[in-house]
Amino acid sequence: MSTTHKSLNLTLKVWRQKPGAPGRFVTYPARNISTDMSFLEMMDVVNQDLIKKGDDPIAFDHDCREGICGSCSMTINGNPHGPDRETATCQLHMRRFTEGETITVEPFRARSFPVIKDLAVDRAALDRIMAAGGFVSVSTGNAQDANNIPVAKENADLAFDAAACIGCGACVAACKNASAMLFVSAKISQLALLPQGQVERERRARNMIAQMDKEKFGNCTNTGACEAACPKGITMENMARTYREFLKAELSKRH
Amino acid sequence: MLKLNSKIPGGPLEQKWETHKFNLKLVNPANKRKYTVIVVGTGLAGASASASLAEMGYQVKAFCFQDSPRRAHSIAAQGGINAAKNYPNDGDSVYRLFYDTIKGGDFRAREANVYRLAQVSNNIIDQCVAQGVPFAREYGGLLDNRSFGGAQVSRTFYARGQTGQQLLLGAYSAMMRQVGLGAIQMFNRREMLELVLVDGAARGIVTRNLMTGQIESHVADAVVLATGGYGNVFYLSTNAKGSNATAVWKAYKKGAAFANPCFTQIHPTCIPVSGDHQSKLTLMSESLRNDGRVWVPKKQGDNRPPSQIPNEDRDYYLERVYPSFGNLAPRDVSSRQAKFRCDEGRGVGESKMAVYLDFRDAIQRLGKDKIAERYGNLFQMYEKITDENPYEVPMRIYPAVHYTMGGLWVDYNLMSNIPGLHVLGEANFSDHGANRLGASALMQGLADGYFVIPYTIGDYLAGSKLPKVDATHDAFRAAEAEATGRLTKLLSIKGGKTVDELHRELGKIMWDHVGMSRNEAGLKKALELIPRVREEFWNNVKVSGEPNLMNPELEKAGRVADFLELGELMARDALERKESCGGHFREESQTEDNEAKRDDANFCYVAAWEYKGDGKAPEMTKETLEFERIHLATRSYK
Repeated sequence: MSTTHKSLNLTLKVWRQKPGAPGRFVTYPARNISTDMSFLEMMDVVNQDLIKKGDDPIAFDHDCREGICGSCSMTINGNPHGPDRETATCQLHMRRFTEGETITVEPFRARSFPVIKDLAVDRAALDRIMAAGGFVSVSTGNAQDANNIPVAKENADLAFDAAACIGCGACVAACKNASAMLFVSAKISQLALLPQGQVERERRARNMIAQMDKEKFGNCTNTGACEAACPKGITMENMARTYREFLKAELSKRH
Repeated sequence: MLKLNSKIPGGPLEQKWETHKFNLKLVNPANKRKYTVIVVGTGLAGASASASLAEMGYQVKAFCFQDSPRRAHSIAAQGGINAAKNYPNDGDSVYRLFYDTIKGGDFRAREANVYRLAQVSNNIIDQCVAQGVPFAREYGGLLDNRSFGGAQVSRTFYARGQTGQQLLLGAYSAMMRQVGLGAIQMFNRREMLELVLVDGAARGIVTRNLMTGQIESHVADAVVLATGGYGNVFYLSTNAKGSNATAVWKAYKKGAAFANPCFTQIHPTCIPVSGDHQSKLTLMSESLRNDGRVWVPKKQGDNRPPSQIPNEDRDYYLERVYPSFGNLAPRDVSSRQAKFRCDEGRGVGESKMAVYLDFRDAIQRLGKDKIAERYGNLFQMYEKITDENPYEVPMRIYPAVHYTMGGLWVDYNLMSNIPGLHVLGEANFSDHGANRLGASALMQGLADGYFVIPYTIGDYLAGSKLPKVDATHDAFRAAEAEATGRLTKLLSIKGGKTVDELHRELGKIMWDHVGMSRNEAGLKKALELIPRVREEFWNNVKVSGEPNLMNPELEKAGRVADFLELGELMARDALERKESCGGHFREESQTEDNEAKRDDANFCYVAAWEYKGDGKAPEMTKETLEFERIHLATRSYK
């Protein structure tokens, strides 16, 4: 147990919004916050106070609270998932903040992520991109023995690094163009690195990128904000690989 | 009294599934598209079922309460998935996986179901690899294996400490392919609030749209529940915050039998509670016990930092008590041992409610890099939560509620006693008996979804004459009214306690009296206390917000209301089962060295509970477990 745990008094400026209405910041005190709490546990405390007072608690998405489901989606002091690298909001702990600090909490902002309420946004556009090509077309049953498809360890490891994406959308929220390129490239890259992904390699790159455009995500201008915000350390190397995949697919397209 | 027919096929164990598959009725390819199947839940079981059924040609409507099907809690499974591939050539076989699973479950599961599970385990690995799941590999390009508790072979396939994530993303990708093809209609942010029966058969569900609050009816020819377990009854567990029992509980109240509700798995290696603010507990994968050694100081009150306690003052108690399995003793056994050590006053850390999981020797033997490669994400997760570096200081761990072996009763076809209602994965009771072995939950979820339900659902559909029904049917109207009435009631109470406060009260009762160690007095006490909390809930809960907007408090209130009923059933079942078996430890039934003492003469059965109406005692029906192949033996890991 941390031997330095203590409690903090903080001020929160939280984005409140109902569907179809403009949003605004509302200020709330957060008192006696243990430094051992996670950021979401701090939000729980604030919400308990609001409920006791008969106010509407702050809506936010969360589920596993161990950094893997990708539900939590707050922009904290301007950073999606807060100030720590490779840390989702649910894994951010209050020991990272100081006594008396004012913390600004906003939803993930992007044209393709409409606000549902307060800090919760609709990220279904990411699912639609996956439905456009983020898979290997292999139906259940009769797959060959797993060890008939050897994969060089280096490639398996790189594919895993890309597959670790949790689909939270922080990359989109961090990008000034609200591009989903890091998200898209993680899947294209994973499958391009594996023998199983070869057959549909070109179709996949074309279709996923076309769907990304259709969902009105912006274009990538290589600022790297996505990589800095990613809670799982997905790198821009995947984007470079994706551009190659896309170019190859476009050049070899048969009409 | 319920009439339960397990429909276990005749013939030798090895051929039951093959024979059964041949005997099952088929729906011809052109007719499949005429059938609609509802699948609730998109974890490993739900996603794999949705994808497979859609590939076969059925119209699938899939539901999840999360904002995306990829977020179901299977995503958080860490360590691995078992299969009887025997790639390491260490003597594994379908029969050994079957035997280990039956023994691990303390002989309280059906032989035929478990044998089938072991048989299809190998197909699962093949299927996942074909989808592009990036399992760990060796330099030769072939798949790597590791060991898990309760087994003396290495049969666990893994993808670092994120196996559940990678398997779920595989199943999710298969599912999204079918969404893209129009074969699956996906409904995310929907909570199932009612099961709808027409002429006694499951014909649909009523859901709440969690974005708009709208109450919606969905009609189908069969309903599949793959909604996970009910560990959150305890408030603190390793489950996701949203994991809930509402779907299975509504089914129970419509007549589906609930089997072995008291069989709860308390996982030995979780990060200990740090304070009252704690909202959930985080698991540290069992795979860590491949290289980590569990110990406490030999002397009570030894407050030296762990690095200053020499080997001769350490008690590596799992290695001492269970020399053949050592640190890889099964979960129920390891959890109880940790509790005993802390009860003896030899616990560590500030709260003294923890034991050490130490990697010092493994780091010396293999180097830090190797350990980082195997468990890097787990070590990082531990450090974020505790602010301590486990490469330098041993982890502190304590048992926590993790999984529920109990669930809705199903027959060999995974159908409940309600025609048309199928139950998969953790939501059913079928394969793990009284204790699940590590890396077997992923195996069961995918076995049910990829390789069992695609065959068995056809038999039901082809063999049933289902009348044409639409959402205007009285049964749907009534179910919508029921759901709406309940939500209105919850919002109207406007009492003095929050949902979380009441949930915590329930959780404490459950942990104290229906937790790792149970006795008659405690269980009777729980049966007295739980109804009191429930009564207070319905008179004094405070739920704010509006019904027709996103309202997480209202969602939570509905789930906790169901936990308050289910918790009572768990205590009742635990009281009735006077033997100890697996995760169910009755203090009255133990050996001289504190091991669980089974009573096969009186309790070799599945306890299936039937709802008899509010305020009435539920009725229990026994399904006797027949062991044709395995000789019932005392379960020993010594």
